Amino acid sequence: MQTDAIVVEEIVKAFGGTKRRWLPGRRRAGDARPEKTVYAVDHVSLRIRKNEIYGVLGANGSGKSTLIRLLSTLLIPDSGRASVFGHDVIRDEQVVKRMLNRVSVEASFFKKLSPFENLMYATRLYGLSGAQAKREIPVVLQALGIPEDRIHRPLEQMSRGMQQKVAIARAFLTTPVFLLLDEPTTGLDPRSKLDVQEFVLRLRNEHDATVLLTTHDMAEADALCDRIAILDRGRIVAEGTPSELKAQAATPELLDPTMEDAFMHFTGKSIEEAEQEEAEPVAV
Amino acid sequence: MARAAHGKGKGLKTMTVLNASGIAREVRSSYAFVERNWYLVKRYWGWELAFFVYTIASSLSVIYIGKAQQVNQNDLVLYLGIGTLVWAYLRAVFDAISEMITWERWEGTIEYTFMAPISRLTHMLGTAAFSIVYGMLRTALLFVALALFVNLDLSRADYLGALAVTLVGSLSFLGIGIMASVLPLWFTERGAEMTFIISSILLLVSGVYYPTDVLPGWMQPLARISPATYFLDGIRRSVMSGQGIAELWNVLLPLMLMGLVSIPLGVWVFLQVERLAKRTGRLKRNG
Repeated sequence: MQTDAIVVEEIVKAFGGTKRRWLPGRRRAGDARPEKTVYAVDHVSLRIRKNEIYGVLGANGSGKSTLIRLLSTLLIPDSGRASVFGHDVIRDEQVVKRMLNRVSVEASFFKKLSPFENLMYATRLYGLSGAQAKREIPVVLQALGIPEDRIHRPLEQMSRGMQQKVAIARAFLTTPVFLLLDEPTTGLDPRSKLDVQEFVLRLRNEHDATVLLTTHDMAEADALCDRIAILDRGRIVAEGTPSELKAQAATPELLDPTMEDAFMHFTGKSIEEAEQEEAEPVAV
Repeated sequence: MARAAHGKGKGLKTMTVLNASGIAREVRSSYAFVERNWYLVKRYWGWELAFFVYTIASSLSVIYIGKAQQVNQNDLVLYLGIGTLVWAYLRAVFDAISEMITWERWEGTIEYTFMAPISRLTHMLGTAAFSIVYGMLRTALLFVALALFVNLDLSRADYLGALAVTLVGSLSFLGIGIMASVLPLWFTERGAEMTFIISSILLLVSGVYYPTDVLPGWMQPLARISPATYFLDGIRRSVMSGQGIAELWNVLLPLMLMGLVSIPLGVWVFLQVERLAKRTGRLKRNG
């Protein structure tokens, strides 16, 4: 029987709302105007099985990144709960942190530092000794196709694809059992995209990791994910295996639908239209 | 293995409870910040050099005011020299700590650091350790540079007393630095600039270039609660009058008390603001 590694129950995260006043004093007429509340994640529930690659498909601003931040302890939910291998993300924050790592759309490094220096920092934070890190960093970077002579040069001199591979190496070196991938291949060339996808599979297979992948790349979701949830305006509107979702979108006129067709079937719009409609909520 | 108890809104309760192996792990992790900051200093050596030249020039421009006086010229030069050196040290410590968030926001790495499985205390200890070592090295270099231009008479100095004031005084300054570091987390747009207000007020009220009794009466309480006031007084007494540790108790004690109060208070404030940032999504904003 497969066990649930990640459990998310009725989780809600909203931004905006009435602005809090920090200083006492008379309220002016204009001050009472409330800001618009944006529900980035709206009563989302999901369960991810151990060793599964679970995809969250949605347009920019649909709440994918907020969901990732809630699971990676970077945001506190307004209501609902989430647990990673039985540990509550709020109550057992430190334990959860030890189990996960994340690769986001931005590589997020100290750009003047070299890949080696950045990875020394990251691995020490996760408790690796200096000797172990010095031994493993070049091996992992070279396995990802980063030439030895680039390992000690500033990261800012590398292409985005290469920087993203260093981000993958960071996650790999810290051996997470739960890996959060937030659009890891967005903006990459086809070759780099394939390299990253191969490495995700390797991480799952070799390290027995459970993966949550958010993407708006339909083909990537179809190729990599065991199950997919479609997120629209912060709500899950469909969930199933890629074949199940596509089967539900089939009609007499469209016997062999693609994931794009499935997305349109469940959200009533194409990914491009959805991206025009939705804007990522910004914190105040 | 480390255990964490994350209570709801209970500040210090969120600190990690550790056993011996957990402590060893946290110490090793805190070295991550020392090493990373050292790498950054090496990579940004041009900035370091430019700022160092600026510090020499501004220090000398103050010291030469003393040299221009007709009476007590040597004492005035030493008085102002100590002021510039101590302020350069405190500023280096304060900046290294208060930029803990600013720098990571600018680079876009803040979420990764906050996601790492380390306690916030480890984060701060690593940053603080680097700031003290960096501040001491930089100040020693500054002293050598200034000595090329002016004669700083150290013949009466009690070095042990000066060292004690420096170590205890550094601790008292860390808490203020930690409290200042939350400003960029709280105010995402202009928080970094707000830390300048704190350092400039400390410069004004602490008697860096003049005795605090020249300040107007309403500023005197500010001088009395500034750790820099006691730090400067202690260093001047040990270097200019040769006072040892035994005679410096009336500066060492307030500095120690300030450290004991300001460091836990700084950590508590930081944890509260971190929680606020996680509630409102302030960690996300980069740049």
